[in-house]
Amino acid sequence: MAAAMGEIEDKLAELTQTFRSGITKSVAWRKNQLRALIELLQDNEDKIFKALHQDLGKHPVETYRDEIGLIKKSAKYALSCLDKWMAPKKRRLPLLFFPASGEVVSEPFGVVLICSAWNFPINLALEPLIGAIAAGNTVMLKPSELAVECASFLAETIPLYLDCKAIKVTNGGVDVCEQLLQQKWNKIFFTGNPRVGSIVMSAAAKHLTPVTLELGGKCPAILDTLSSPLDIKVTVKRIIGGKFASCNGQVCVGVDYILVEKKFAATLIESLKTTIKKFYGENPKDSKSISRIINEYHFERLRKLLEDPLVADAIVHGGLLDKENLFIEPTILLDPPLDAEIMTEEIFGPILPIITLNNIQESIEFINSRPKPLAIYAFTKDETFKKQIVSGTSSGSLIFNDTLVQQLCDVLPFGGVGQSGIGRYHGHYSFETFSHEKAIMQRSFFLELEPRYPPWNDFKMKFLRLAYDFDYFNLLLLLLGLKR
Amino acid sequence: MRNPSVRPFQDFSTGAACLNKSFIYNYTCGKNQTHISFPYLSLTSFSCRCSATMAAEEKQMQRFDVEKAASLMKELRNNYNSRKTKSYEWRMSQIQSIANMIEEKEEEIIEAIHKDLSKPPFETFISEISMTKSSCKLALKELKYWTKPEKAKTSLTTYPSSAEIISEPLGVVLVISTWNYPFLLSLDPVIGAIAAGNAVVLKPSEIAPATSSLLAKLLEDYVDNSAVRVVEGAVAETSALLEQKWDKIFYTGSPRVGRIVMAAAAKHLTPVILELGGKSPAVVDSTINLQVTTRRIIAGKWMANNGQACIGVDYIITTKDFAPKLIDSLRNELKEFFGKNPMESKDLSRIVNPFHFARLASLLDEDKVSDKIVYGGQRDEKQLKIAPTILLDVPDDSTIMKEEIFGPLLPIVTVEKIEDSFDVIKSKPKPLAAYFFSDDEQMKKEFVQNISAGGIVFNDTIVHTTVSSLPFGGVGESGMGSYHGKFSFDAFSHKKAVLYRSFNGDSTTRYPPYTAEKQKLLRALFNGNIFGLLLALIGWSRD
Repeated sequence: MAAAMGEIEDKLAELTQTFRSGITKSVAWRKNQLRALIELLQDNEDKIFKALHQDLGKHPVETYRDEIGLIKKSAKYALSCLDKWMAPKKRRLPLLFFPASGEVVSEPFGVVLICSAWNFPINLALEPLIGAIAAGNTVMLKPSELAVECASFLAETIPLYLDCKAIKVTNGGVDVCEQLLQQKWNKIFFTGNPRVGSIVMSAAAKHLTPVTLELGGKCPAILDTLSSPLDIKVTVKRIIGGKFASCNGQVCVGVDYILVEKKFAATLIESLKTTIKKFYGENPKDSKSISRIINEYHFERLRKLLEDPLVADAIVHGGLLDKENLFIEPTILLDPPLDAEIMTEEIFGPILPIITLNNIQESIEFINSRPKPLAIYAFTKDETFKKQIVSGTSSGSLIFNDTLVQQLCDVLPFGGVGQSGIGRYHGHYSFETFSHEKAIMQRSFFLELEPRYPPWNDFKMKFLRLAYDFDYFNLLLLLLGLKR
Repeated sequence: MRNPSVRPFQDFSTGAACLNKSFIYNYTCGKNQTHISFPYLSLTSFSCRCSATMAAEEKQMQRFDVEKAASLMKELRNNYNSRKTKSYEWRMSQIQSIANMIEEKEEEIIEAIHKDLSKPPFETFISEISMTKSSCKLALKELKYWTKPEKAKTSLTTYPSSAEIISEPLGVVLVISTWNYPFLLSLDPVIGAIAAGNAVVLKPSEIAPATSSLLAKLLEDYVDNSAVRVVEGAVAETSALLEQKWDKIFYTGSPRVGRIVMAAAAKHLTPVILELGGKSPAVVDSTINLQVTTRRIIAGKWMANNGQACIGVDYIITTKDFAPKLIDSLRNELKEFFGKNPMESKDLSRIVNPFHFARLASLLDEDKVSDKIVYGGQRDEKQLKIAPTILLDVPDDSTIMKEEIFGPLLPIVTVEKIEDSFDVIKSKPKPLAAYFFSDDEQMKKEFVQNISAGGIVFNDTIVHTTVSSLPFGGVGESGMGSYHGKFSFDAFSHKKAVLYRSFNGDSTTRYPPYTAEKQKLLRALFNGNIFGLLLALIGWSRD
């Protein structure tokens, strides 16, 4: 299925041609494409359910929640806001330039490349696509080859619904990626891990192509000692929701580990165990509600994390691995060594270490001594502590008393900082990510300011000093010859 | 002389040679000696100078290497972690100090820039001192608003919740600046970095050595050195700095070096802002006030550091019929501004160094270019002066039409109809600025739709850089990211999304075990359909 270099070049040439024709810049085209995308999702729900089940064993409800429903919502939101987003923004100019006007016009970058990931193969391909279309670009989409069924679904279905001269899908592995990266794009949007992110950015540097990198990182959940049993129950549900119930921990904003006070750990573990049972039954292996590991490579990677004897000793729940079905049971660890790989690398799987602290305040220091994560989750009712976390830590986003829901908010930028990425998207931010903000200033030929021009003299200097201070009163006095 | 190796300005690989050449140039001229050009001197040849400069040399000899860069980074990182740069008071006090510094040291600044570029004091005042001061003032006035969290409306899906977007500093940032506006282009980003609460290292350009060392001295005196530092130097020093892991790199210079900076940043996943250049065209329609147009073009070319400006007018496009009138008008106004003999005018900058002089000379000496000069053309290698020079209809494939000129040469390209100018511009990489002189409203609209550029100005040049409400930055070859005004603050901030949820309002829909009922609920929820949601909740939904 791998595309040959010539094929990629041909596709790129056509995309460039289409962009030059100007068709993608029109509002009508953008809206039609967004409508067609919604239609694509509506018509092909079952196919998507099936593809995701084949690739990841994802349950249809989870697929609807995290992929179809989410994307449909985003596409509708973009449709409803597009006119507003596209409208030039008027800007005020200093009186000095009167008569003049200023505005900022958003224009498409041109031909953009979107490389998506395998864990949310529909969502992570289409969410940026919505932004790229809304902004008026032509797009080359490269789905992840690891989610095989979804990749071929996208390659087969997208041309049936969207303008195939302006939006193309290329499938393939590392070699195809490399070929794509050799080309000059006007923007590259990449979702994946920091290692590849760095390769993408280096390749982009050769062509001065701006990049948005959506990476991951170890997202911590800070758990303050909660007293109300109800709060504990909700917290635990939300943590499990943000770990095992979302692609079984294979998610960039998933909870990577928990920080909790020593005295609270036992209660927490008990509650986690009970809730896991409630969600997945006595034998999670038989549950239809939990995803499997994407492939053997990642299964082995996770197995190795658990193989470290000190880590294996820390298992307090789960630990069952079934290679044949690529299944790993929800697994909880208590205080694994901090220098073990499981605490230095992003886990990206159903293993949840709990790290105990003497005092929950120490969590800020703990997080700050590691690379900046994509998200921090904090469960607390202590308002002072909330403030300390807001100003004392840095992360892509920060969520109090819940997990993952930040992706649902179109009004919030989604994106990392430091190791967790560059740039942001979702809602209007997706539009901005794929747009260049062009500054426009209009002047007239009237009211020429003579002091702008040489030959220079003292009067001009005085004038300019006042002008730059926007000191119009004294400027007037100077012009009238009244200023000494 | 034809020099195929010449590249647009600030070339790292030849930067060291430029530094030495210009240093020796200044040195020998200062002693009234004849200028001797030593091509490609190595840094070690500094030692053959008189004892008076020995101390300065020794300082130079203590090379800023990777080790020093690493320890500087460590120190700044610790100081950043102490959180002092995050406080509003610290930011305000630092920017106020810079404002005071500009006020108190105006003379010294003007003098240093004059030494580096013979820039007329007036021009320095307009384009460097005033602009930098304005940036300080704006930041001092607006910072309390910029730092305020931005409230965001949340949707039904996450009800009950509240959300805000918080601007937080990125950490320790690097600003690499350039030589043509050595003061403004160094401090303007630094002000943004400080306003956003970062620790910052500034690397001024070695090609403007007097301003570079003045900046090092002044910032040491005026700002908090535990968080704001200047590192002087050329290729070696810059490379040592680029090895470090920064939280943001802000670079002003050429596309070629921009690529090097971005590749270095990629290793550490550091975001970059690249302020590059490009061939910024000025299209002149015939429907205009000719005198005003001419003057504004002159302002955007020769009054902008004698053409050595990234947003300067690179070339003009006009109709065949109108070209003679425009050339006449340019001649007249140029005479009025710079006198009969522009080589003697004090109101023009010189070329920065022999390297760039040779580069510009080779552009003019190219076959089929040298005979297209319709005005000017005089040059004086000893004084590094080139007169305002206008060329008419040079070949499209000549170097002067392919590379950014960055000097006082102004080619005029003629077209049959003014609409044809669009194709000329589009055939070249996207410029940093595009200027259009016209009173035809329809044509203006088409220009905006058709021409991609960092910024567009109608009926004037360069003035958009003084408007803080407009983002300044390039697109494509002319750069990525923008700054000025609040955009500078944003350029050095991370916008952190903060979502507050309560423990109430937890819906079981989200959680496994998954059922068909839950899917219905989710459908209604995503559709924002409250009625459907209610129906689903009470089990009446049918789809």
